[in-house]
Amino acid sequence: PPAHSHSDWIGPPDKHSNLRPIIFYVPPEESALERRLREARQEAQASNQRFWARHNRAFRQEKEEFIYSRLKAKGLEMRDESGQKATLNAEEMAEFYKDFLTKNFKKHLQYNRDWYKRNFRITFLMGQVALVRALRWLRRRKKSVEQ
Amino acid sequence: MSAARRCCLLRALAGFFVWRLRNTGIPQIPCRFVHLHRVANDRLITFQYFNFLKRMLQQLDQEKKVVYKISPVSPVHQSWSETSSRNELREVKSAAETEDSVIPVGGESREDRRWKEMKVQLDDLPGILARLSKIKLTALVVSTASAGFAMAPVPFELTCFLFTSLGTGLASCAANSINQFFEVPFDSNMNRTKNRPLVRGQISPLLAVCFAASCGIPGIALLTLGVNSLTGALGAFNIFLYTCCYTPLKRMSIANTWVGAVVGAIPPIMGWTAATGSLDAGALLLGGILYSWQFPHFNALSWGLREEYSRGGYCMMSVTHPGLCRRVALHHCFALIGLSTVAPVLDITTWTFPIISLPINLYISYLGFRFYRDADRSSSRKLFFCSLWHLPMLLLVMFTCKKSVLEKEDKGDLRGGSHEMALEIRLP
Repeated sequence: PPAHSHSDWIGPPDKHSNLRPIIFYVPPEESALERRLREARQEAQASNQRFWARHNRAFRQEKEEFIYSRLKAKGLEMRDESGQKATLNAEEMAEFYKDFLTKNFKKHLQYNRDWYKRNFRITFLMGQVALVRALRWLRRRKKSVEQ
Repeated sequence: MSAARRCCLLRALAGFFVWRLRNTGIPQIPCRFVHLHRVANDRLITFQYFNFLKRMLQQLDQEKKVVYKISPVSPVHQSWSETSSRNELREVKSAAETEDSVIPVGGESREDRRWKEMKVQLDDLPGILARLSKIKLTALVVSTASAGFAMAPVPFELTCFLFTSLGTGLASCAANSINQFFEVPFDSNMNRTKNRPLVRGQISPLLAVCFAASCGIPGIALLTLGVNSLTGALGAFNIFLYTCCYTPLKRMSIANTWVGAVVGAIPPIMGWTAATGSLDAGALLLGGILYSWQFPHFNALSWGLREEYSRGGYCMMSVTHPGLCRRVALHHCFALIGLSTVAPVLDITTWTFPIISLPINLYISYLGFRFYRDADRSSSRKLFFCSLWHLPMLLLVMFTCKKSVLEKEDKGDLRGGSHEMALEIRLP
């Protein structure tokens, strides 16, 4: 993002986590409240990034392993004669999807709880910051009108 | 930077943006009107893309390195006609793909790779809010509520109807916005939902919540004060059910599908109570029809999304209990036949309704059976697409077979058959 910009910038989705990274703008006269908001957002972003990158990588890895083990059981290789990657059909994959979901169920419950708490906190802080800014702007207008 | 280079840059950008605006501005409707829509859009592009170009050039002035990267791509044609701009795009795309440039090249994927400023652009705001509130889904919800209103056995009142439709629409916008607010990281990970406004950072969560409040509160107030308190209460309950029950439940248990079906069944009930002011059997029957419809519709859709649901952590029947998924869809197809037969018993429609609706109900049941037996992608898609036209057609047939209010009053007042006939002949 350009150096003179006064707003946050959001980027393309990350390869591993599919989340879009945000570069936060730090204003020179950042108040304590605004700093808390920015830090909360940075922390949430980092935590989300860690979770999803790890989770998606585990998914891909386990999927590969599952396909490999199934193909081996059937006596096939990972790549057939034409060099194409051999895949299993949807029904066979369904078993893997079911297993993966049940295995990660508790992890998701924990993550959901965290995410909801973080989301509410960040939005509440945003509301507070917006309110403070609005009051400041109104006060400034009153002063300039009086002058 | 030389003037000649600037010229080429301008022309390249113009070509790219013509292509981009043409392709990103059009919604994905699979109908023949898209062609006409495209032709109409071409006229608009000339105004839009000049403004866009102005904005992009202002940004580019600062991004000097972008300018230098464009130079290997500059041997580009000067004409701005459709076909040549498409060719340019293909040339540039192949050239740009090798380098990881920040060029605003046309095509959604390239636009996506750019870093974007997180500032609300006022001219984009209506489109963003439309996507936030899932405007198409809202329109469908409002039409089911109007169907409920139309089926109620009372004389039609236009103001009441408009208030109900508007109130239901606003409530639905609010519920959808809150749903997207809750689901940002999950939506980013699923192909179907990764282009939502909150995921792309086009709007802040605070703004989404404020929008939801500013839609929901007037919507419910309109329903409670302008229509009746029962409809308002149902609207508020539906928002609560969708945002606080269905959305979190999606990640906790497969029961979410049943809760979601209730959410879908409530709007026609709201339409009915708005017209009559009371919750009678007719309302529940309409609600029941929509409740049963949700299962073949959703279960068929979720069958193709099993991988994404599994990775995203969504507890759906299609992933964890596939047999149950198909069974439930089939059972509810049969239930639709049953409910259509009950309609004339409750005096909502004449007996022609179950007869006329039997073919379409049998067809969806047949597709439901095929889905149950074959359990593959093609049968699930067939069932899903059938459900899309099945519901509007069923509601339309129901409306045309609606028992006239006058007829019912006659049958209630008079006992003698011939007397009835005389009256019926007199009335138009």
